[in-house]
Amino acid sequence: MSEPVSALSNASFDGLVHVQEAGLHGMIALRGDLDSEALQSAVTNSAGVGVPAPRTVVFDGARGAAWMSPDELLVFCPYPEAGATLAQLTDALGGAHALAVDVSDARAVFEVRGPRMREVIAKLAPVDMSAAAFQPGTIRRTRFAQVAAAVWLVDDAEARIVCFRSVAPYMFALLCTAAAPGGEVGMF
Amino acid sequence: MLILECPYCGVKAEETELHGGGEAHLVRRGPDSSDDAFESYLFQRQNPKGVHFERWRHAYGCGKWFHAARCTATLEVFGTYSAQVSEPPQQIRDRIAARRPGWSWSDQG
Repeated sequence: MSEPVSALSNASFDGLVHVQEAGLHGMIALRGDLDSEALQSAVTNSAGVGVPAPRTVVFDGARGAAWMSPDELLVFCPYPEAGATLAQLTDALGGAHALAVDVSDARAVFEVRGPRMREVIAKLAPVDMSAAAFQPGTIRRTRFAQVAAAVWLVDDAEARIVCFRSVAPYMFALLCTAAAPGGEVGMF
Repeated sequence: MLILECPYCGVKAEETELHGGGEAHLVRRGPDSSDDAFESYLFQRQNPKGVHFERWRHAYGCGKWFHAARCTATLEVFGTYSAQVSEPPQQIRDRIAARRPGWSWSDQG
């Protein structure tokens, strides 16, 4: 068995903020009727958290779920447990019309940490990053320059970004450029 | 900058996160229609200076198609609504009529 490696092997950069490729995460894309009881109990049992409200994430340690669209969730779990979690989820869904796929190796996760986190993200994504508009626990699917991504705030100083693994080097370069020393804007 | 609120996920997305899908509420003509009707369905589009109904896709977000009513001259957005309708809902029509006295949906057809 080959050793799994994340997109950029935890590459990091220190500038206006600390940028880090956050390593391997178990991620399961789940599509289905988020209001249905079958899906809700399947998520609660296998992900360990409830179905998040629209545009929010819920986390309990490494396990969690992010609301991606009115019929899609991204379920998080520790990387080695992705297979088991997926099997459990598929099992629990039974005959319900839903689709669960392990996308752990198809996504990359980035961490942006520091007091200027909002400023760095606001340079790249067309999102109102003011504290009033974008609060911890909110998730927003958007674009970072030319690539699709989802971003949410863990707290007031840390954001997490999920993008396709194939564009991870681009995303890392973007974040490093936006966080280059001397690039302070002082907006937030 | 055009900002539309996606009626499915509630995100206020700006133009670059969206993909335009052209005129909304076209009546589809199939092989059993006349040549003129088919040609009109394929090629004839309204190009108004004023109220326009459009299809948009929240491409960098939830991925859903939706409808938008806006003014092409002022970029005023009258509202966005579900894609699962064949004409604008009454609420949107009322809002346009309030902003553009004399406008009516029947003139559009």
